[in-house]
Amino acid sequence: MQTTSDEVLIGRIANGDRLAMQVLFARHHVRVYRFVLRLMRNEAAAEDLISDVFLDVWRQAGKFEGRSAVSTWLLSIARFKALSVLRRRGEEELDDESAEAIEDQADDPEVALAKKDKGAALRQCLAKLSAEHREIIDLVYYHEKSVEEVAGIVGIPEATVKTRMFYARKKLSELLKERGIDRGWP
Amino acid sequence: MTAANDEGGDIEVLLPWHAAGTLGARDRERVEAALANDPELARRYELVREELGQAIELNESLGAPSARAMQALFAKIDAEPARPAVVSANLGVRIREFFAALSPRTLAWSAGAAALAILLQAGVIAGIMLKEKNAGGYETAAAPKSAAGDGAYALIRFQPQVTAADVTKFLETNKLNIADGPSAGGLYRVRIAAKGTPKADLDRILKTLQDDKVVGFIAVTQ
Repeated sequence: MQTTSDEVLIGRIANGDRLAMQVLFARHHVRVYRFVLRLMRNEAAAEDLISDVFLDVWRQAGKFEGRSAVSTWLLSIARFKALSVLRRRGEEELDDESAEAIEDQADDPEVALAKKDKGAALRQCLAKLSAEHREIIDLVYYHEKSVEEVAGIVGIPEATVKTRMFYARKKLSELLKERGIDRGWP
Repeated sequence: MTAANDEGGDIEVLLPWHAAGTLGARDRERVEAALANDPELARRYELVREELGQAIELNESLGAPSARAMQALFAKIDAEPARPAVVSANLGVRIREFFAALSPRTLAWSAGAAALAILLQAGVIAGIMLKEKNAGGYETAAAPKSAAGDGAYALIRFQPQVTAADVTKFLETNKLNIADGPSAGGLYRVRIAAKGTPKADLDRILKTLQDDKVVGFIAVTQ
């Protein structure tokens, strides 16, 4: 079966093809939603935002030059919009505060269970990372973005992408250690 | 960060991208070689793979937006002002758009037809050459190889769809002599003017020939 490439869809969208817009939306909206949700931690806000992201695609498709993958372009737009909303709401510090608030859970039955289930513990610790660290972990592991693509989406040098990922993983190990899981690294 | 400052650290920071399969060939080879020779690095790589698996599981557990998102999008699009059609600035996209518009069957037929046209063209032109050679036609008109340097020459490739009659008429009309060919790529070496013809005149002749519908490619040669 032949599938139309994202780049071809963007070309059609530039000419006002609504069907092409539907196809592109169907292809990418779940991943964009999840990326935004992990940043915003609010399902309704994330849902509202993705329609704005794809509306930008509708408006800007004619300017897309194909220098990056369409999925990378979508995540860049989504990130910019999510951060704009968070700034407007004054929630920039929320992530660190919420992370600290969750740290006092040592005797929680859920935490005790998590010690037995390393995978569950890892997921809980991934959820507790700061927005900056969550973002880079998700872009690399879930959205399968290269160093160069992450640099383009986040707007930082490639060397910073590598060090930020390193520190995100280091923080993850520290959070696991607090839960009694020592990975022997770093 | 010490991890990124030495060769081992440099490799270690690449492990997440190696696990995700997004490294370039060169870095991938470096990481694979290091993993094969360093058991501690290989152990740490397993930690990365655990993180990768759980990050995917976490994201997949987030669910999906409701149909409301798509409805909201198209309501906004409907409210947008109508706009004129634009041509993409990206040539690659335009080429992909062209081929995407063709069905696989159309593409297969097109490729077959193009191959057949090239074969026919080669056959037709070879036929002309043999016929004229036997009749003494082009042999007298064409400059022998040994005479290279007695005139100005051009390399010409004819359009795939032209007939033998088209080529003959083109050669006669422009008083051209085929000196050599066809070479690889279906190119003919054609004498287009006498030796010593001023460059301005050569350019004019070349332009005239280039504008003829039977010519697919033309360039001055020695």
